[in-house]
Amino acid sequence: MNKQNLPEDPIIRELVQHARAAQISRRALLGGAFGGAIALSLAACAPGEQALVAAEDISDSDPTVNWANWPLYLDEDDAGNHPTLDAFTAATGITANYLVDVDDNNSYFAKVKDQLALGQDIGADAVCLTEWMVSRWIRRGWTQEFNLDNIPNHANVVDTLLNPDFDPGRMSSLPWQGGFAGLVYNSDLVTEPVVSVADLWREDLKGRIVVLSEMRDTLGVMMSSQGVDITKFTADDFYNALDEVEARVTDGYIRNIKGNSYSEDLVSEDALAGIVWSGDITVLNLEAGYEKWKFVLPDSGGTFWNDTFMVPIGSPRKTNAEKLINWYYDPAIAAQVAAWVNYVTPVNGAYEEAIKIDPALAENQLIFPNADTLSQVSIFRSLSDAEENEFQAAFQGVLLG
Amino acid sequence: MSLTAFSHGPSGVSAEPAAQKKSRIVWFLLLPGLVYLVLFFITPLISLVITALKEAPPGAFIGEYVTALRWENYSEVLSLYGEHSIRSFVYAAAATLIALAIGYPLAYFIGVRLRPYPLWQSLALVLVIAPFFISFLLRTVAWKQLLADEGFIVGTMKAWSILPPDTHITGTAVSVIFGLAYNFIPFMTLPLYSSIERLDLRLLEASNDLYAGAFTSFRKITLPLTMPGIISGTLLTFIPAAGDYVNASANFLGSTSTTMIGNVIESNFLVLQNYPHAASMSLILMSAILVLVSAYVFKSGTDDLL
Repeated sequence: MNKQNLPEDPIIRELVQHARAAQISRRALLGGAFGGAIALSLAACAPGEQALVAAEDISDSDPTVNWANWPLYLDEDDAGNHPTLDAFTAATGITANYLVDVDDNNSYFAKVKDQLALGQDIGADAVCLTEWMVSRWIRRGWTQEFNLDNIPNHANVVDTLLNPDFDPGRMSSLPWQGGFAGLVYNSDLVTEPVVSVADLWREDLKGRIVVLSEMRDTLGVMMSSQGVDITKFTADDFYNALDEVEARVTDGYIRNIKGNSYSEDLVSEDALAGIVWSGDITVLNLEAGYEKWKFVLPDSGGTFWNDTFMVPIGSPRKTNAEKLINWYYDPAIAAQVAAWVNYVTPVNGAYEEAIKIDPALAENQLIFPNADTLSQVSIFRSLSDAEENEFQAAFQGVLLG
Repeated sequence: MSLTAFSHGPSGVSAEPAAQKKSRIVWFLLLPGLVYLVLFFITPLISLVITALKEAPPGAFIGEYVTALRWENYSEVLSLYGEHSIRSFVYAAAATLIALAIGYPLAYFIGVRLRPYPLWQSLALVLVIAPFFISFLLRTVAWKQLLADEGFIVGTMKAWSILPPDTHITGTAVSVIFGLAYNFIPFMTLPLYSSIERLDLRLLEASNDLYAGAFTSFRKITLPLTMPGIISGTLLTFIPAAGDYVNASANFLGSTSTTMIGNVIESNFLVLQNYPHAASMSLILMSAILVLVSAYVFKSGTDDLL
C-alpha cells in the first residue's frame, strides 16, 4: 500500500486510518480469492508503520481514572474496599476504577492489541504488565510519555530500576511491584537444603521438580547457573539452557512446567522443589502457618521481574493516571501496599515507612531486599520481536513435549 | 399471518396454499436457529479457514498476520504436531473403551435389573448425573490431589508393591486417560441407558428357550439391539475427548509429555499468538474427527440409528 503522510488532526487522522483498515480487509478478501500476488502487495503494508498519536487529554473535565491490574495486587479490607485507593480519591477528587483485568500478559495483550495498534482507548488509563511486555508496548509506541511535573515522586524510584534497557530514565513506565524467581524446597520432606540449581538434579528429587512456564524466569535461572549474564546473553546461551531444560524433562527430573498453578503441586507435594516466584511462597507459608517452603536465591543468581505502570496511547486521562502513579510513589502509601501484597516494592523510603508499620515486615528480604539480596538477582534483557517469536516458539516446543 | 395459517388444517379445501403457508411458518420458526447457526457456526468457521491460510509479513510484530494463501501452515503443523495428533486420538480411543467398559454394565444394571424398581432406577440415574452438580474443573483438580505422590491412593499402592517406589501417576498418560474416561462416563452411560432401557426382555427369554447360552444371547440379541446406544455413547465420548485440553493440560492431570491437540491449539493461540497455526490445527482436528466418525458410522451401518 502507498505510504502517504497522515493528516495532523487526530480525528481526521483516525478516520483515514479506519478507511485504510477497511481497504485492507476488502483487499484481504480479494487476496483470499485470487491468490498470492495480492497478498504480497498487502504484505508491503505491514501494520505499525505510522507513528501513533496520543489521545487528547480530557483529565480536567473528567476526574476519573481506570486502572487495570492483576488479582490480589492492591491492599483490600474485609469489605472489599481498597483503603489506599479510597484515600487517593479523597485527596485528589479523582474517582478511581480499579479493574482486575490482567490474568496473563499474553492473553491481556491479545485482547487489547488491535485497539492499541489503531491508537484507540482500551478502557484503561493505567495498566500494570510485566516489564518484558511493557518493553514490547514501548517499542511499538503504544504508551504515552509521562509529564514529570505531575509525578514529583518519580524521584523515589529505586536506583536499580531507574534505567532499564527499554526505557532509560523511566520516561513512560514506572514499576508497580516486583518479585524474584529462585528456588524453593519443601523443608518437611527435603532434609538436605537446596541451594543451587545443580541440587535440583539430585536423585532424591528426581521426578519431583516443577519449573515455571514463564520463559524468562526458568531460562533466566538456568542460564545464570551456566555462568551466563542474563542481562546480555546470546541466542547460543539461550539454546544451551533450553537444551538442559529439555534434557532434564526427558530424563524425568523435571516433572512439570507450569504457570501460577505450580503452587498446587507444591501443596499436594507432587513437587518437592523447583524454580518458582518469591511472592507465592510468602503466601503459601502464611497459609501453612510456618515456613514450610523455603525460598532460596540460587548461588548462581535468580531473576528479578517487575510489573510496571504505563499509560496506553489511547487513554484520554493521562494526567489523572500520572496523579495515580504519583500517589503510589509516596513512600508511606507504598509501604501500606507492600504490607498487604508481599511483593518487592520499588519506592525509596518505603522501607523506613514499613519499619513504622511492622519491623518484621521491613526486614523481609522478599519485600524489602537489601543491596546484598539485590546483588544476587538480575533482570532478563529485553528481546527484539524476532527473538521473542523465536525463543518463545522454542520454549513452547519443550512445554508441548 | 400465523393465525390464518393455523386456521387451515392439512385437510383444508385448498391444499396447496395451505402447504405453502405452512412451509413459510416452518422457515419462520427455523429462523432463530438458522441465524444462530450462521452467526455462531458458519461465520467463525469461515474466519477459521481464512485465518489458517494467513502469513506473517516480513518484520511483523507478534500476532500480526495478513491474508494470504499460505498452505505451508498445514504441512508445518502436521510435522510439528503430528505426534500430538496421534496421541490425542489414542488417548481418546482408550478413554472411550474404558468408559464403555464401565458404562455398559452400569447402564445394563440400571436399565434391566432395576426395571422392576422405578424409584431405585430414577435414583441411580440421578447418581449418574450427580457429578455434573460440581464443575468438572474442580473434580479434575480433586483427582489431581487424590492421585498425588504423597496421597493415600499412591501411598497405598506403593506400600502393597502394586506401584514401584519411584513411580508416580499424575502427569502421566495413565492419569490423563483416567481423567478423560472419568469425565465422560456419564456421556457414555446415558445414551446406553436409553437404548438398554427399551430392550425387550422377552427376546432374551426366547433365546434362552432356544438353548442359547448367556454369551450367545448377549452377542445375538442384547448387543445388536443396544447398538444405537453404543454408537451414540462412543461418539459423545470420543469427539469431545479427542479435542479435550483440560485433562491433558499440565495444570490438571497431564505434563509436558501428555499434551494433546487441544493444548497445542491453546498454546499457539494464547501464548505464541500464532493464529494461522492454531486455526489450521483446529481444522485438521475437525476434519480428522469427521473422517473417523463417518467411517465408524458407515462401518457400523447405523445411518438409521442416528
